[in-house]
Amino acid sequence: MRFIVKNNRLHPVYEKTAQSFILSNAPSIPQPQMNTQYPINEDLQTLLQGKQLLHDDLTHPYELIQEHYENGYLQYRKSIAFEKNKPVCRRCGNTNPSLFAQFPCARCQEEACTYCRNCLMMGRVSSCTPLLSWAGPIIPPETIDSPLQWDGQLSAGQKKASNEVTQAIMENKNFLVWAVCGAGKTEVLFAGINEAIRQGKRVCIATPRTDVVLELAPRFKKAFPTIPIAALYGGSEDRHLHAQLTIATTHQLFRFYQAFDSLIVDEVDAFPYSNDETLQYAVQQARKPTSSIIYLTATPSEQWQGECRIGKRAYVTIPARFHRSSLPVPGFTWCGNWEKAINKNVLPSSVKRWLKERIDADKQTLLFLPKISNMKKILPIVQTLHPKVAAVHAEDPARKEKVLSMRKKEILILLTTTILERGVTLPNIDVAVLGAENRIFTESALVQIAGRVGRKAEAPTGTITFFHYGKTRAMVRARKQIVNMNIEAKKKGLIDD
Amino acid sequence: MTINCLICHAELLPLLGWSALFLKEKPRYLCDVCQAKWERINGHTCKRCDRPMSEEDGDTCFDCIRWEKDAVWADCLTRNHSIVEYNDFCKEVIARFKYRGDYILAYPIAEMMKGSLLTIEYDFLVAIPLSTERQYERGFNQSEAIITALGEQSLSVLTRIHTEKQSKKSRAERIHLPQVFQLVERAVIQEKSLVLIDDIYTTGSTLRNAAKLLIEAGAKKVSSLTIARG
Repeated sequence: MRFIVKNNRLHPVYEKTAQSFILSNAPSIPQPQMNTQYPINEDLQTLLQGKQLLHDDLTHPYELIQEHYENGYLQYRKSIAFEKNKPVCRRCGNTNPSLFAQFPCARCQEEACTYCRNCLMMGRVSSCTPLLSWAGPIIPPETIDSPLQWDGQLSAGQKKASNEVTQAIMENKNFLVWAVCGAGKTEVLFAGINEAIRQGKRVCIATPRTDVVLELAPRFKKAFPTIPIAALYGGSEDRHLHAQLTIATTHQLFRFYQAFDSLIVDEVDAFPYSNDETLQYAVQQARKPTSSIIYLTATPSEQWQGECRIGKRAYVTIPARFHRSSLPVPGFTWCGNWEKAINKNVLPSSVKRWLKERIDADKQTLLFLPKISNMKKILPIVQTLHPKVAAVHAEDPARKEKVLSMRKKEILILLTTTILERGVTLPNIDVAVLGAENRIFTESALVQIAGRVGRKAEAPTGTITFFHYGKTRAMVRARKQIVNMNIEAKKKGLIDD
Repeated sequence: MTINCLICHAELLPLLGWSALFLKEKPRYLCDVCQAKWERINGHTCKRCDRPMSEEDGDTCFDCIRWEKDAVWADCLTRNHSIVEYNDFCKEVIARFKYRGDYILAYPIAEMMKGSLLTIEYDFLVAIPLSTERQYERGFNQSEAIITALGEQSLSVLTRIHTEKQSKKSRAERIHLPQVFQLVERAVIQEKSLVLIDDIYTTGSTLRNAAKLLIEAGAKKVSSLTIARG
């Protein structure tokens, strides 16, 4: 699609002429005054408010979309802009030149139409693609008197965090909840969300993984049974459902624009820094100019920890688990050049002993390895010790089944890459990391892995061991973080042991 | 600037050694790990359509025997060449290329096809056209994109009438397709050898429809080259 300017308004045209241009080359985009006499299409209003969509996302005729623009109810924005001759994706924030490419485009007839490869899965945006947003009045939300129907109990640590989250949401502030693995972060959100919805605010919980959306949605639907809740992930059916509470993968945030009064970002630490930038961009795009952001994490980055310490970042900690037992502290065991050993089909003796003890006691264990190749090498060796051994990694199609059979106790020892570092709760297991010195095991990854142990009140303890060929800073910091949380919890009287 | 794999974004490390120093380096688009996920078609295949088959089953596959028995279709398409099997990786790459519109993937795909193209004698390459509507929807024609990435130009002699998407049809519906192509230019193909370029050979009916039209219009020989044998 190309545009021309007529009467200080954009008009779409399909021919390439001297006057017509593609949107990224427009010096500015005029926004017509709102015509209050114009009968708006309510369907379009519902779909577009708080969103940034493409023509392809809508089934409405282009003429109707154009009419809404001409009457001031719809905004066209550039999806790809050029800043200092470098492309920027205005939808996902991508500025990495290697994630842009060009093609001869049938829509604008340009030989080199630039498109963004970073958010391609959400529908391609290119130099000639307009982003569509609603510019008119929004449909006022229904106010519901206290939709929360949950009668569970909060621990003392949760209660404090819950109060502070509620306050941050009410005051439109940014706030960090630093809660140990197994503290019960979800319940901490209930009161704040309840208050927000009572006041007609729109809330979104964003999380990096689809699994978590699928796990959270039914829990929130149970706690808030009377309100519509949209669960958004790649391929979900709620795509166009306008709800006061939205639970979405962070990727889905790319479709939102100034939508939420409160945005709750789960597991901010889950992605390496490079992806973090587009995530931060998506969060900034999706929030309203006046709004609150609540970050949830078990392991804030070093930078954030520093900001907390010097008082630059408002935060609360939940240093203890819901079941009031202290966090298992990782033990370090040097195991020599383990990679060389397994290449000779030998397990380092300390690892072998550790596994044998678990086998003798019939205790289920998770063994983390840095690489898939290591895992393939070690699997047959461990299988000589016991028959019920399996291995999983990210590209394993039988991943879910294997975790399930672990749950059913059909597997005794499960070898895994970092794919199981978070989100998995298996009762009464011991955990070890082989090759903990590998740089894939960051501080946050190691804290998460240690957090797999002792999750359940029935079995609140267990061992976590880092087998290494040289201690790393990440290992030391991870242990320190866990020890500090235990000390803090003890001081505050949140643990009993 | 670092160069990254177009599929997994892993950094491509520069190749070192004498050959890298003295020989013109082949462009690299994919990392070794992703490159290894293509399953090249090697060994015995159907002499018509390149379907992998065992030697006991002869030199022509059952489907091609059926096509060639039918007087309407016999000898329209001399030969199809395919490079890789349509495995999960290939499926994903083609879906990303064609449906998601990641144009740049035409380059690693074309890179795989270059060797085969050298073995074919031809005068022109011809892209399988899209209808105007479909081309607007996708933004580009995947066959043309591959031809451009091969460093050649497509001869525009065909157009296509808008119909339902191929991938939404059953096999029976696809085999008995009505002619969806139209010829726009007759003179240039007289007595010429043409190669149709497309992404996948599935039932072969699209390619045969195009080939039939071209042969009837006076082309000497029509073969086809596709990345995958579905």
